[in-house]
Amino acid sequence: MPASPADATYDIAVLGAGPAGLAAAAAAGRGGAHVVLLDGGPRVGGQFWRHRQGDSGRGHRHWSTVERLRAAVPDFRPGQAVWHVERTGNGFTVHTATNTLACRKMIIATGAYDRQLPFPGWTLPGVFTAGGAQALLKGHGVTAGRRVVVAGTGPFLLPVATGLAHAGAQVVGVFEAGAPTAFARHPRVLAANPGKLAEGAWYAAALARHRIPFRTRHAVIAADGEGEVEAVTVARVDSQWRIVPGSARRIACDTLAVGYGFTPQLEIPLQLGCAAELGLDGSLIACADERQRSSVPGVYLAGEVCGVGGAELSLVEGELAGLHAAGVTPDRRLVRRRATLRAFAAALHATYPVQSGWQEWLAEDTQVCRCEEVSAGAIRRTITELGASDPRSVKLLARPGMGLCQGRVCGHAVACLTGEPTAAALQGIATRPIAQPVTLGSLAPHPTLEEK
Amino acid sequence: MTFRFGDREIAVEPGQSIGAALLAAGYRSWRTTRHDGAPRGIFCGIGVCFDCLVTVNGRPNQRACVTEAHPGDRVEPQEGTGHAGLAC
Repeated sequence: MPASPADATYDIAVLGAGPAGLAAAAAAGRGGAHVVLLDGGPRVGGQFWRHRQGDSGRGHRHWSTVERLRAAVPDFRPGQAVWHVERTGNGFTVHTATNTLACRKMIIATGAYDRQLPFPGWTLPGVFTAGGAQALLKGHGVTAGRRVVVAGTGPFLLPVATGLAHAGAQVVGVFEAGAPTAFARHPRVLAANPGKLAEGAWYAAALARHRIPFRTRHAVIAADGEGEVEAVTVARVDSQWRIVPGSARRIACDTLAVGYGFTPQLEIPLQLGCAAELGLDGSLIACADERQRSSVPGVYLAGEVCGVGGAELSLVEGELAGLHAAGVTPDRRLVRRRATLRAFAAALHATYPVQSGWQEWLAEDTQVCRCEEVSAGAIRRTITELGASDPRSVKLLARPGMGLCQGRVCGHAVACLTGEPTAAALQGIATRPIAQPVTLGSLAPHPTLEEK
Repeated sequence: MTFRFGDREIAVEPGQSIGAALLAAGYRSWRTTRHDGAPRGIFCGIGVCFDCLVTVNGRPNQRACVTEAHPGDRVEPQEGTGHAGLAC
C-alpha cells in the first residue's frame, strides 16, 4: 500500500537531477525542508552534466557547481524513473518502478530532449539526435562515428560539433537551417549577457581551429545508404526552409547528428493537470508563475519543463523553486538574474524558429513515426481523405505516436503536418498516463522506501 | 570486463551502456522493426525513442542506450517484437 500523506516522510520531492533539480533540492534543503531528489539515471547532472563514473570533471563547464550542489543534497536516489504521480489529500504519492514515496510538495525538473523533424532516410542507422551524439560522448566516451555531419537549428549544434571534433571525429560540416545573424536584432539582450557572447565566440574559434565549415540557411534534407548512412543530401533553404532549387549536393559521411531545438518532458505535469501553453520556441511548456508555481497547488516547476532556456537559467529557476517551496523569500538579485536569462532565451527562440518548409523535404513514403512505421503519405491521407483535423485524430486513424516512444519523437512533426500546432493539439498527443515503461510486476503492490 | 553479444565478447568500461559498447565495437544496428524488418540502432541515446532495443539475459525490449552493461551479460539482437521465442 502506498504511504498515506499524513505520515509523509518528505516535505519536498524533486524530480530530475539536472541543473534545475540539483539547484532546487540544494536550495530547499538549505531552507530547512526534508528533501529527496530522484532521477532515472545512475548519476546526477542530467543531460548538461552527463558524465562517466569516476569522471574528473575535465571538459565539463562549471563542474565545481555540480560538486557543490551534489554535496548539498544528502538524499539522492538514482535509477528512480517516475512513471506516475497521484494527488492525495494533502500531498502526492510518487511511483517509480521499484518504490513508492509520499511528499507534501513537488518540484518537477524533468528537462527536455531533442526535437526532431523527419526527412527521407532519417531512420537509417548512423542518424543520431544531436543530444544522442553528445550523450554518447559525455556519458560513455564513445564517438558516434568517424566522418560526421551536424545539422538542424540552434546553438546546441556548436558544442556537439566541437565536442565530436575534439574527440577525434572528422566533422565535415555544420548545417544550420536558420540565420544566427538575426540575433543582432537584440543588442540590449546581448549587452546584458556578456558571458553568452564570449561562449559564442569560443565556439566560433573552436570551429575554425578544427576547420569545420559552418553554413547557415542550409539543411540536411535526406540521408541514404545501404543498411546504414553512407551520405547525406544538403541543400540551401530560404527563410521558410523551402529548398532552393538546384542547390542540393551529396556529402559522403557515416554519421549525422541532427536536432531542431528541444521538447520539454511534460508527462508528470500533464498527469497532475498542470496548465500548459505554447512556448516561444513552439514547444508545449508547463506554465510557471513568478514563484515557479504550476497551476496545481504544491507543484513547482523549474528548468526546461517551463520553457527551454539552458543550464544557467535552469540553475536559477531551480534555486527559486527550491526556496519558494521551502517557504524562503529569495534574494531579489536572483529574480533579476532569471529575467535577464529569460530575455536571452527569448531572443534565441526568436533567432532560431522552426519554419514550416521542412514539410516539403518529405517524400510520400518518408516515415514520420519511427516506432509504428507510419509514412507522411499515410498521415496526409487521414487529413485529406478521412477528415482528421487534429493530431489526436490522426493518431487514432493512422497510429503515429502509438508505438513504444508514445509520440515523443514524432509528436511535434505530426502536429505540424496536421496544421498550425496549438497548445491543445500538442497536449492531445503529449498526455501520457504512464510516463516511463513499467512492468506488470511493478504495478503490483511493492514496499515503500521507508519500509525498505 | 566483457559481455556476450551473439557469439562475440564485447569489451565494456564500467558505467558504459550496452549500446555505447556495441557502437565502440563497430556495430551500427542490432534491431529490426516489426513491420518492415528495417535495421535500427541508437538514435536518441538517452532512452526516449526505443529504437535501440536488445534482449538482455532473455528479457526482450531493453533500451541498449540506457542499460548499463554488466560482466557476463548475454545480449542478443532483437527482431520485431522480440517475442518470437514465445511461439504465440
